[in-house]
Amino acid sequence: MKPATLPEKVWSSHVVHQGDGDEPDLLYIDLHLVHEVTSPQAFDGLRLGGRRVRRPDLTIATEDHNVPTVDIDRPIADLTSRTQVEALRRNCAEFGVRLHPMGDAEQGIVHVVGPQLGLTQPGMTVVCGDSHTSTHGAFGALAFGIGTYEVEHVLATQTLPLRPFKTLAVTLDGSLPSGVTAKDLILAVIAELGTGGGQGYVIEYRGSAVAALSMEARMTVCNMSIEAGARAGMIAPDGITFAYLAGRPHAPTGAEWDAAVAYWRTLHSDQEATFDREVVLDASSLGPFVTWGTNPGQGLPLSERVPDPALMADDNERAAAERALSYMDLAPGTPLRDVAVDTVFLGSCTNGRIEDLRAAADVLRGRRVARGVRMLVVPGSMRVRAQAESEGLHEVFVAAGAQWRMAGCSMCLGMNPDQLSAGERSASTSNRNFEGRQGKGGRTHLVSPLVAAATAVRGRLSSPDDLD
Amino acid sequence: MEPFESHTGVGVPLRRSNVDTDQIIPAVYLKRVSRTGFADGLFAAWRSDPGFVLNVERYSAGSVLVAGPDFGTGSSREHAVWALADHGFRVVISSRFADIFRGNAGKQGLLAAQCAQPDVELLWQLLEREPGTEVTVDLHAKTVRAKDLTVGFDVDDYTRWRLLEGLDDIALTLRHGEAIDTFERSRPGWLPTTTVPSH
Repeated sequence: MKPATLPEKVWSSHVVHQGDGDEPDLLYIDLHLVHEVTSPQAFDGLRLGGRRVRRPDLTIATEDHNVPTVDIDRPIADLTSRTQVEALRRNCAEFGVRLHPMGDAEQGIVHVVGPQLGLTQPGMTVVCGDSHTSTHGAFGALAFGIGTYEVEHVLATQTLPLRPFKTLAVTLDGSLPSGVTAKDLILAVIAELGTGGGQGYVIEYRGSAVAALSMEARMTVCNMSIEAGARAGMIAPDGITFAYLAGRPHAPTGAEWDAAVAYWRTLHSDQEATFDREVVLDASSLGPFVTWGTNPGQGLPLSERVPDPALMADDNERAAAERALSYMDLAPGTPLRDVAVDTVFLGSCTNGRIEDLRAAADVLRGRRVARGVRMLVVPGSMRVRAQAESEGLHEVFVAAGAQWRMAGCSMCLGMNPDQLSAGERSASTSNRNFEGRQGKGGRTHLVSPLVAAATAVRGRLSSPDDLD
Repeated sequence: MEPFESHTGVGVPLRRSNVDTDQIIPAVYLKRVSRTGFADGLFAAWRSDPGFVLNVERYSAGSVLVAGPDFGTGSSREHAVWALADHGFRVVISSRFADIFRGNAGKQGLLAAQCAQPDVELLWQLLEREPGTEVTVDLHAKTVRAKDLTVGFDVDDYTRWRLLEGLDDIALTLRHGEAIDTFERSRPGWLPTTTVPSH
């Protein structure tokens, strides 16, 4: 057989109909994740067309974007948010789709829920009307975000017409220094590629620094592939992947487990396979990384200073940097460690899993959040929340003066009550620092959970090494 | 979907790169459960600036948006396409589109026409020099014409065919119903379902 990359192997094993010439391939979809924001118009489309959901048993829904993270036993106060959540409940009931609503033990951010249930497995195709579906690529699945029309298409046919992606190998050699995490790694990759550098590609992350990452850290890396423009990011499954999956509610068991693992072991890029593009970075040279601008590619090591647009050669880059610094109210040359924040947000599909909460709690144990700083700790799912409570992490957060919340997308995006007000500045473990992303006029610095916790204590962008 | 062959309308120069979908329509406007009514959210944050291009009368009825590179990055929200369409845009021109946005646009009859950046620059200069200039986008010829200026654009042939014919993807896919049935029967038994497990 012709040598193939991991993305090509997963693609070719899902082709229902091979396109001729310009016609796209028709790909089978193994798992469809649904949430309240991008699905109502899709279900409406089904109704208008007199169609049903072809495979409700390959579909699962949860409420995440709109949900408040306090007082969840009360009706949602925002009427339009409530309408959207109620529409999802009606649609799931009518079309027979499993739903984990607010307050349910399995409710949470869709990209946290799928993996923790064991629904995301190597070699699968996974889609969701959400660009951070790339998260699931950490298992060696081909997982990507789709628009609402495509949501309707998958609901109706369990397939999608797609043209093959190009392949990009991002090799991360060496090992991450202590205190440097998957979040720093992916922010550095995005700064290297730029926000458009991955457009048209599926990224495969490989190399010794990737092999050493835990499953949760791998999810953090793949999650932000879209921030480099790549629709999907993948990591070849290995012993760490299989160990994570074993015993999960939807993982295979017995002889089926053995058959699955035998197949999963074939899911790696062949030695002789060629990628359309390759990028190599040395992970051992990285430090904690933060963003200074208004797109995720505008990042630098925490030890650096706010850049000077006047020194940028490219016209578009300079104009974007000038605009970003004006929006962020930052002066060129300011040490990033001097930037004071009002709010710290720990959570999201990027960094809302148990290891993220543990890392932040380790920094906060015995310390206090700085006066005048509010810190929100929002578990990615109710199951993560329960796990954290069983380990006593919530007591650490509360003792430090942070707010311990229910599960949801929360302050990652300005769609629920957790928002920045105009002019407010945050250090946020989420994935996007776009203008107004966390609330109109809000200013966002993307950081790792370790940097978030240290920043909460010092009140300025910091790593744990900066603390007494 | 309405067929798209050619469109003539006022060109709007949006001299910005990295116009992400959070700028096209902020999350707070995504709560509707219908496909219409999103025009009020279009570029909502920027429209509070009186100098913003859509607040300039000569551009306000524009239907051909000419933007900088990396248009439509970020969130997959199709609401970005609905908001542009609701406002009256039929075409967006940029030198580089984010993949998901380009796909969403094509499904909804909004043409994402990719022009070389120097040609975008020429269009910007013309539209800024003469506000209200009409632009003709011809999908058969794959050209953009405004006054004496004619530049070519790229769009993939399949999307072009679907737009020209006004074809709907779901109907096209359902022609392959038997192939889907056959594929489904060949899937390994250990693949998960979302049915709540009994054990």
